[in-house]
Amino acid sequence: MPSIDQFRSEPVVETIGGDRTMVLNMGPQHPSTHGVLRLLLEIDGETIVRVKPDIGFLHTGIEKTCEAKFYQQVIPMTDRIDYLCPMTNNLAYVLAVEKLLGLEIPPRAMWIRLMLNELTRINSHLVWLGTHALDIGAMTVFLYCFREREEILKMFEMVAGQRMMTSYFRVGGLAMDLPLGFLDYIKNFVAYFPDRISQYSDLLTNNPIWLGRTKGVALINRADALELMLSGPTARGSGVDWDLRRDMPYGGYDQLEFKVPVETAGDVFARYQVRMAELRESNSMVKQAIANLPGGPIKADAPKIVLPDREKMKTQMESLIHHFKIVTEGFTVPEGEVYQGVESPRGEMGYYVVSDGTAKPYRVHMRSPSFANLNAIGVMCEHNLLADVVAAIGSIDIVLGDVDR
Amino acid sequence: MALQPAITDLELLKERPAVACLLSALPEALQAAKFDRDELTLWIEPILLINALELLRSSPTTRFTVLADLTALDWFPSEPRFEVVYSLLSHERRERIRVKVKVSGADPYIESVAALWAGASPFEREVFDLFGIRFQGHPDLRRILLPDDWEGHPLRKDYPVEGYR
Repeated sequence: MPSIDQFRSEPVVETIGGDRTMVLNMGPQHPSTHGVLRLLLEIDGETIVRVKPDIGFLHTGIEKTCEAKFYQQVIPMTDRIDYLCPMTNNLAYVLAVEKLLGLEIPPRAMWIRLMLNELTRINSHLVWLGTHALDIGAMTVFLYCFREREEILKMFEMVAGQRMMTSYFRVGGLAMDLPLGFLDYIKNFVAYFPDRISQYSDLLTNNPIWLGRTKGVALINRADALELMLSGPTARGSGVDWDLRRDMPYGGYDQLEFKVPVETAGDVFARYQVRMAELRESNSMVKQAIANLPGGPIKADAPKIVLPDREKMKTQMESLIHHFKIVTEGFTVPEGEVYQGVESPRGEMGYYVVSDGTAKPYRVHMRSPSFANLNAIGVMCEHNLLADVVAAIGSIDIVLGDVDR
Repeated sequence: MALQPAITDLELLKERPAVACLLSALPEALQAAKFDRDELTLWIEPILLINALELLRSSPTTRFTVLADLTALDWFPSEPRFEVVYSLLSHERRERIRVKVKVSGADPYIESVAALWAGASPFEREVFDLFGIRFQGHPDLRRILLPDDWEGHPLRKDYPVEGYR
């Protein structure tokens, strides 16, 4: 085997087309790359010959940081990976740790998690739709989407005190119960939201400019999608009928009724249709979660793992000791390893948590959907026009925090 | 949901499709197996990794056609120091397994699976970048997240959390 030095300072830019082609740099500060993605585009006139993504501009070493934190301190780190769906990341991580501990959570906590998780999906898809349409030139949709997203962020602020970095889920339940009046607020939202989805699709679905920019653009077939490890709506737009919520249910999804939209065309428009249908499904799932929401505790009865109520901590010696112990020493987790995959708005978000029996995780690996889905950009853009690169990036819905971690 | 003790006895696990498939077609590849918290882990002989993955992927009883994840673990200071972890997923059978290979610390390298799953290529680059494990036959093995001139491999356990000063 050659030594590691050989891999250093390799030339990034070399053309395969000889004199006919040129290399064009796009990003990392390009508004249509949804963050700090840099693409090296080799073009022949206006046609793409090859695309090479260059990532890592947002790498913060979260996986390494997690190894130096207690299990409960990792939760805020998970928000910061994919900042458009913090609840989904929280859920994947706490489910993994609960599986390691063999801990069961009360039904109320489970249903609240489901409800917020689907709201997060709506939130994330609204940002996708708004920015994707904006990239292609439809300004209005962006303003409408962010109007509804604002409502969802208000709800997150109501439950967690934070609009984006919620850190609301805890190992063994939730940080606190829902505030008074929250359910009325959310019921109002789910009642009018389907009309709003129709508003967006009225603006786009039959719009000839939109169709011209999306139909038959950035194609990827089913075999390639599987080979390239794609998941989520990006894969479902190419006919991969797979959704972890339905096929490998976690966290109570087996108790919800929903359809998994699948399209076979494999172009930007197919992925658009999948996500638009998912918005309606998620809205209906939030409704079901509200209808099924039971009363009861929101934390598991595990005093050595779950922080006690504030009131108990101030009045009972036992609770005070537990509180002190958990905050200063963390809780130990039995040796073992767990991979928990959840369906994030972008695809399979997997948390691989390894415990060596101490209070800090031995390793937390995040299998992020954007990192894998970015694989597709090369296949999608080949032989397409230069202007369609932004449509392709928008349609795989990457979050660069998620790619670089 | 109390924790059950892990099962590591191959005799007890031979009914599992993945174990049965390997035992019948490629018994020398399977080093050990563990069933813990509803998840099956198989340790594979490093030189037979590609054959074993190909078998698990194509055999009609297993059909692990999707590579869901690829990462590594560092067990410093024990030897063999590294484990490369492949998380396989079967859409047809709705099952996951974890395949692990042990990699020595002195000269860490393993065969690349980018020929089996093209999508594994950036994952292998990430492992190379953060652990310094080299993948033989990888089409474009360079650092992916860190700058090209970075010193060291941050996810190794002997790399300080705050970095080298």
